[in-house]
Amino acid sequence: MGATIVEKIFSSRCGKAVAAGEVVMAPIDRAMIHDITGPLAIEKFKEMGGRKVFDRNRVVMLFDHQIPADSIEAAQNHVFMRKFAEEQGIFNRDLREGVCHQVVVEEGLAAPGEIVVGADSHTCMYGATGAFATGIGSTDMGFALKFGALYFRVPDSIRIEVEGTFPRRVSPKDLILAITGDIGADGATYQTLEFTGNTVQNMDMAGRMTCCNMAIEMGAKAGIVPPDTVTRSYLAGRGVIAPLEIASDPDATYAEFKDYNVSTLEPQVAVPHNVDNVVPVGEVAGTPIDQVFIGSCTNGRFEDLAAAAEVAGTETFDPKVRVIVIPASRKEYLKALKAGTIERFVNAGALVEAPCCGPCMGGAFGLLAPGEVSLSTSNRNFKGRQGSAEAKVYLCSPATAAASAIYGVITDPRGV
Amino acid sequence: MKVWKFGDDVDTDAIIPGRFLTIYNPMELAKHAFEGTRPEFAMGVARGDVIVAGRNFGCGSSREHAPIALLGAGVQVVIAKSFARIFYRNAINTGLLPLVCAETDGIHDMSEIEVNTLKRIAVVEGKTYHLEPVPAFLKEIIEAGGLVEYAKKLEEVPLCTVSR
Repeated sequence: MGATIVEKIFSSRCGKAVAAGEVVMAPIDRAMIHDITGPLAIEKFKEMGGRKVFDRNRVVMLFDHQIPADSIEAAQNHVFMRKFAEEQGIFNRDLREGVCHQVVVEEGLAAPGEIVVGADSHTCMYGATGAFATGIGSTDMGFALKFGALYFRVPDSIRIEVEGTFPRRVSPKDLILAITGDIGADGATYQTLEFTGNTVQNMDMAGRMTCCNMAIEMGAKAGIVPPDTVTRSYLAGRGVIAPLEIASDPDATYAEFKDYNVSTLEPQVAVPHNVDNVVPVGEVAGTPIDQVFIGSCTNGRFEDLAAAAEVAGTETFDPKVRVIVIPASRKEYLKALKAGTIERFVNAGALVEAPCCGPCMGGAFGLLAPGEVSLSTSNRNFKGRQGSAEAKVYLCSPATAAASAIYGVITDPRGV
Repeated sequence: MKVWKFGDDVDTDAIIPGRFLTIYNPMELAKHAFEGTRPEFAMGVARGDVIVAGRNFGCGSSREHAPIALLGAGVQVVIAKSFARIFYRNAINTGLLPLVCAETDGIHDMSEIEVNTLKRIAVVEGKTYHLEPVPAFLKEIIEAGGLVEYAKKLEEVPLCTVSR
């Protein structure tokens, strides 16, 4: 009987055949901690009697949620983590590099066939490289830091096959929003979403990251794109030699098959207060907005900023709207600077901030007052996610965000 | 012991909003539990109260602050039709018991509830509800009192051992 790519990854790393549904204590190739969930993970590591982390070179540490420190408590957490990094000899990227998930992928810290955990739910993004990557809590992370291993129930997979060519100004974000609306907020709980088909094969890494990033919004344990030439050329430039030709067998067992075609896909918007509450942009066009956020691990890459800038053109943004643009990492920031994208945003009236999570997690800055409406390229629109529980968050693509920023209301980017 | 009834898709941002994530103390976190979405919870909850919910309880962020805030509030059991994966693991790891029950629709807010974890039943207004067993591999962690206690006893991990 054939195996899925995820079953093969676990089998390969464990040196024996394991199948979906089995629980296995599997070795960890890399573990990522950041400034919000990291301090508690370190506490738990110590409570478990941990002295030295399993392998200091396999621990990725950086700060991105509350940087530069937005409170004395955040500053203390940063100090605590810096001290731990120093004691353990862990290379701490501190607040220099950007949003954790972007940094892990762009630095080649996740590769095909690897098992990667992160103390953050959007860790599933690294599946874009062909790794099995999943988000875990702080106590599980404490365990992983100590033992370099963790219990996993090997997930079964939903095979998502995407065909067709994206129409103008329709993007992978619109695709993953449409899929989320279809599958639902718990439609893939404990499962892997395996993205395949011509559209995925032709998709750049930025788009694949956007798709895998949002697997968690359907409850999935992981998203994965089987590695191909796009993956390998991306990773080759990042010091990763990824020899692994790893793919699902044709006769692998799947929990479900889902087919999508993007050729007729319209821009999608997730309306408050659930990510699976997805409608075509036309249904909410004209909704007044107070704030636009273009950024996050979902849509803060150069390709996303460029797509937004292309729509914005030389227009200025509606002065009634606060437009916040945050590149996902220092490297992406530099690309956007060199391309003139940042200058365009600044000229249009946007606030461009240094790479970080920004308003997405509703902690650091860019919070909403009661009654305010945000349109965001991030991944969650839960009640209170970006500030007041009386505020509303809509989710969309970078192109839709830019079009809407011009007019001050939710706007179909195809008509701009 | 009373029921705090919630619907489907209760997310961890609702349980504890992002702006409180610099806090780690359970009692301090408890003061902000469901702030915004259910403001009467933090003041009204009593030790031993049970949260009863619909599908996909604890979806969203991996923040362990969510089960810790509930534990700090005195909640030791959450009963739901289903749980989001990361929350479920976090709950088991921290000592909050997540129990699955298919029929939570019939359980109402503020009802008196008694949970018997050994018999795996909950009794609400004279009616008995059956609670599904926890997967075997997690039982060991629960019996140890959470993953920290479990890990303390572990000399080395049984690497690559498979169970169901």
